[in-house]
Amino acid sequence: MDEIFDDIERWFAAGEKVAIARVVDIEGSGPRDPGAAMAVNARGEVAGSVSGGCVEGAVVGEAIELLEGRKKAGITSFGYSDDEAFAVGLTCGGTIHLFIEELDW
Amino acid sequence: MRSIYERFRDSIRSEVPVALATLIEGPEVGAKLLVEESGFALGSLGGDALDRVVSRDAIAMLEAGTSEVRHYGPEGEARQHDLSVFIECHARRPHLVIFGAVDFTRALASQGKLLGFRVTVCDAREVFATRRRFPMADEVVVDWPDRLLERIGGDLGPRDAVCVLTHDAKFDVPAIMGALPTRVGYLGAMGSRQTHEKRVVRLLEEGVTSAELERVRSPIGLDIGGRTPEETAVSIVAEIIALRTGREAPSLSEGKGSIH
Repeated sequence: MDEIFDDIERWFAAGEKVAIARVVDIEGSGPRDPGAAMAVNARGEVAGSVSGGCVEGAVVGEAIELLEGRKKAGITSFGYSDDEAFAVGLTCGGTIHLFIEELDW
Repeated sequence: MRSIYERFRDSIRSEVPVALATLIEGPEVGAKLLVEESGFALGSLGGDALDRVVSRDAIAMLEAGTSEVRHYGPEGEARQHDLSVFIECHARRPHLVIFGAVDFTRALASQGKLLGFRVTVCDAREVFATRRRFPMADEVVVDWPDRLLERIGGDLGPRDAVCVLTHDAKFDVPAIMGALPTRVGYLGAMGSRQTHEKRVVRLLEEGVTSAELERVRSPIGLDIGGRTPEETAVSIVAEIIALRTGREAPSLSEGKGSIH
């Protein structure tokens, strides 16, 4: 988490809103452990990561929706199965559960 | 007053162990409680009883350094699933103590830093234990191993590691004897099988039991055929990781043949 504070500070100093996504649970094999965090501003700039690059794109979309008030804070899960071969998922076959919220606390 | 985020950020930056509990399922999704080892708490998950239980659990989790979702009843009852709380723990960094300021120490200290350890290098010989030779270490201590361990041994725990790289019984023996009574998770000593056999004789003479000696990993490291200081450092940190995770990886200390 340490590595994302500098970017968050910069965004706050510029008066921007920031969303934060954190891995809270993983099932099967997942690239990052609970606690891995990624911050996103309303312009879609990113700091940190929550997977090996598999779901970050989708998380940016969710984070922007949240910052625009079109979505509430909550758990979002990403997994992979054969019938969703083109959906967003983890190539390693695991499922990750993220908690995405605005950093307003 | 600083916000929860500011306190959290500052604690992590200044390496004060801190836990952040977030209600992720329940009536007030997003509610926060920040907890430090001292018992200091900031914020609330929605009720005093719940906050007390979560604080207690968070402090226990801080010691192990794990982060996970816990489930509670509305008043913090165990074995109920009304509320889900994600408790994110930022424990203090694990500590790697290296005895012997030799060439292998430079590589091991760098590997240790890469893995997030606080690294201390200790040698009684002033000419070797210098900051200039070990700029990557957090501390370079000129002292005898047993004296350093008298001071810091009480703080060593399961996530920490002691590596004895001196190759010299004069230093190895007090280092191992000083580390054995501690709770340190990993204790390894460098040297060939022959060196270790001689060291074992010395340690037994000093009154160490053979049961205690089973804790000492020697020859140090996993059996990956490493030769250079850098390769050896990889084999040592790999053994530290495997011991912590409980995985079966072939350790040199369990084999019989030549180590190179």
